[in-house]
Amino acid sequence: MGIVSPGFSGRRRADSDKLPPGQYLVTDFPVLSAGPTPRVDSASWRLTVRTETGQVRSWDWAAFLALPSEEVTVDLHCVTKWSKLGTRWRGVSIDTLLDGAETAADYAMAHSYGGYTTNLPLADLVDGQAWVAFEYDGDPLEPEHGGPARLLVPHLYLWKSAKWVQGIDLSDDDEPGFWESLGYHNYGDPWREQRYWGDLRGGSPRLGRSRRRRRQRGLSCWRFPGGRATAQASMWTSG
Amino acid sequence: MLEVPGWPGHRAGQHVDVRLTAEDGYSAQRSYSIASAPQGTALELTVQRLDDGEVSPYLTQTLGVGQPLELRGPVGGWFVWDADGTAPVLLVAGGSGLVPLMAMIRARAQAANRVPFRLIYSVRDPAAALYATELIERQRVGDGLGVTYLYTRTAPAGSPLPVGRISADVIASSGLPPADSPRVFVCGPTGFVETTAGLLVAAGHDPGAIKTERFGPSGGQS
Repeated sequence: MGIVSPGFSGRRRADSDKLPPGQYLVTDFPVLSAGPTPRVDSASWRLTVRTETGQVRSWDWAAFLALPSEEVTVDLHCVTKWSKLGTRWRGVSIDTLLDGAETAADYAMAHSYGGYTTNLPLADLVDGQAWVAFEYDGDPLEPEHGGPARLLVPHLYLWKSAKWVQGIDLSDDDEPGFWESLGYHNYGDPWREQRYWGDLRGGSPRLGRSRRRRRQRGLSCWRFPGGRATAQASMWTSG
Repeated sequence: MLEVPGWPGHRAGQHVDVRLTAEDGYSAQRSYSIASAPQGTALELTVQRLDDGEVSPYLTQTLGVGQPLELRGPVGGWFVWDADGTAPVLLVAGGSGLVPLMAMIRARAQAANRVPFRLIYSVRDPAAALYATELIERQRVGDGLGVTYLYTRTAPAGSPLPVGRISADVIASSGLPPADSPRVFVCGPTGFVETTAGLLVAAGHDPGAIKTERFGPSGGQS
């Protein structure tokens, strides 16, 4: 437990058992992106999956929509601390996209229109855990929320659910994606509050080596005993 | 203003996470942009109080001088400007989105960097404008900082722009031309950032040179 803030009681919520640590509930749908929203015409849209041996499969919009899709209702957790519960999506399971692909890869890199990337263990994309979603709440996915189609990996922080996804590359090696290179955790489990490079609790077991390496490079946490002046600040660690 | 012993320094544009903990262990976290230029162990945060917020009323009304506060950071390695930058910079702020951009303006002045900076600041009315006096002083120095206010509800007499929302005309008249290849930072509420980033791309700015930071009605800064 952190330092008690005198006079702070906070606002507990009924659904708080569904909230990972450090998160709060929202009812709207905030947008977080690093740059302008790419406008991708579904007429020119393609989704491409590449295996580590260079095997390629690709769908245009019509072929993608012809794949079997699923409706899923999931909770979203953004690293900026908002969570939104019970969101309804329609998408194609990654299992469907990979059906019949020959791969022994351990990792995946999602690529987006606009240049965004994010890395995940392949094990987190399969077995009904992830989709390429094209509808939100019964409507076509809006560009600002990642339309025409986005990755949806609800068990990890939302930056892993790449908006405007156009490709998934499978690989034997793990490479950090966009936010993962800029201070954010390599794995991003909200229930273990793996927000930043310093957050080392657990994670995907296979990623131990890269996490250790990154720990030396980047953001870390500090604990301060307090100080002088106007309002003292102290830091918490995530232990 | 916070004194953070051991603060390792930050880059202009980064934010911190603030955590409040109640006596029963319940805690709440929010992110706040750092307003100050990197300098020693002092840290300035500017917090907009939301009446129905959970954290901002505490920070702005309850927290007293000398009381401890937990924070973590600096966070964020993307929406940053380093004081050795040589490209011209266009800053577009909506409301309290000015805060991280102010850190960049201060960092530039601190480093005596004279690279052209243009700020377009969209704000409800003069009373809501942050850092008004300081921005006047910083422009008066005449070192290449230009500030244009865009009032969305009430403009003072003599305001060069009519009351209104961000538009292609405002960006063309008060920004920097795409031919100058400016680095562009846009920060504000989601709708403002979406609109502005779209207008900038339509005006010919390189999408790869436009960095955005957004907060929704409850998307991070309450």
